[in-house]
Amino acid sequence: MEFDDLIRHIRAALPEAVAEEHPEAFSPWIRVERGQLPELARLLRDDPSLDFAQLMCLSGVHVPAAGDAPETLWSVIHLFSPRHHHKLGLKVVLDAADPVCPSVAELWPTADWHERESYDLLGIRYLGHPDLRRILCPDDWEGHPLRKDYQAPATYNGMPLD
Amino acid sequence: MNLPIERHEGGNIILTSAEWLVNEAIARSLWPMTFGLACCAIEMMAAGAGRFDLARFGSEVFRPTPRQADCMIVAGTVTMKMASRVKLLYEQMPEPKFVISMGSCANCGGPYWQHGYHVLKGVDRIIPVDVYIPGCPPRPEALLEGMELLRDIIRGKKPRQGAEARSA
Repeated sequence: MEFDDLIRHIRAALPEAVAEEHPEAFSPWIRVERGQLPELARLLRDDPSLDFAQLMCLSGVHVPAAGDAPETLWSVIHLFSPRHHHKLGLKVVLDAADPVCPSVAELWPTADWHERESYDLLGIRYLGHPDLRRILCPDDWEGHPLRKDYQAPATYNGMPLD
Repeated sequence: MNLPIERHEGGNIILTSAEWLVNEAIARSLWPMTFGLACCAIEMMAAGAGRFDLARFGSEVFRPTPRQADCMIVAGTVTMKMASRVKLLYEQMPEPKFVISMGSCANCGGPYWQHGYHVLKGVDRIIPVDVYIPGCPPRPEALLEGMELLRDIIRGKKPRQGAEARSA
């Protein structure tokens, strides 16, 4: 299915799900309100004509405040259907003061570690994740290193970091 | 080779100094610890394999436990998460013990020297290093030369820069 057909198909099933569409992008994507994500994700995976069986990547983005635009954190999902050979990007834009996103780890087990990485490095909390711990940094690390305003500590457990 | 050995007359007895004998034994059977941290470990594995063959110098027995190892080859990037483990492993090794810092990351943080929030800027900040091998990564020949230098240090031909020099 082409991107336009995908959007039409999704809108027919879930009219509220697509908040924004970006067909012009190199990898076309849609913005999803976080409340809509669980239902949409289930549709994308289970609808036979969509059949997004594979989660290629789940990542995060930190966007600092610029002008009127507030500081946000994005959770970005890239899906692929091996059967139909079509792709779709999903972006959930979260308020930096309340970076909570529904987990899709139950639908795509791949997302388990990816969501942990996104939590570890950016501090996005995934609601419903089976085991939301840090995955790369040590358990007692402080802060989320890929945030743009992150300040590296001077020492870690008595070892210099400068 | 001019060895400090004296043959005793009239029997199968040789005389030498205990220091020389012990040092020579250590130098000719340096057992490294089996662990690699990054791409330098690939070169270390190549050094252990047939083409370069560490076994020629008595170092083919990579030990999977620190308690049987003489020499720690820090081959790769030391992250802060790994640093405390490296220190623990070093402390578990029996004396006499030696450390080779292999490659730019272990020497000084390498490409992560400025913006690597999670990388230790040189393994010598947590454990004493005897030999530094430059390179990113160093070729197996460089590791062989580094181990040869370590053997010279053990034989007393070169001053030790690690533990003893630090405590002095």
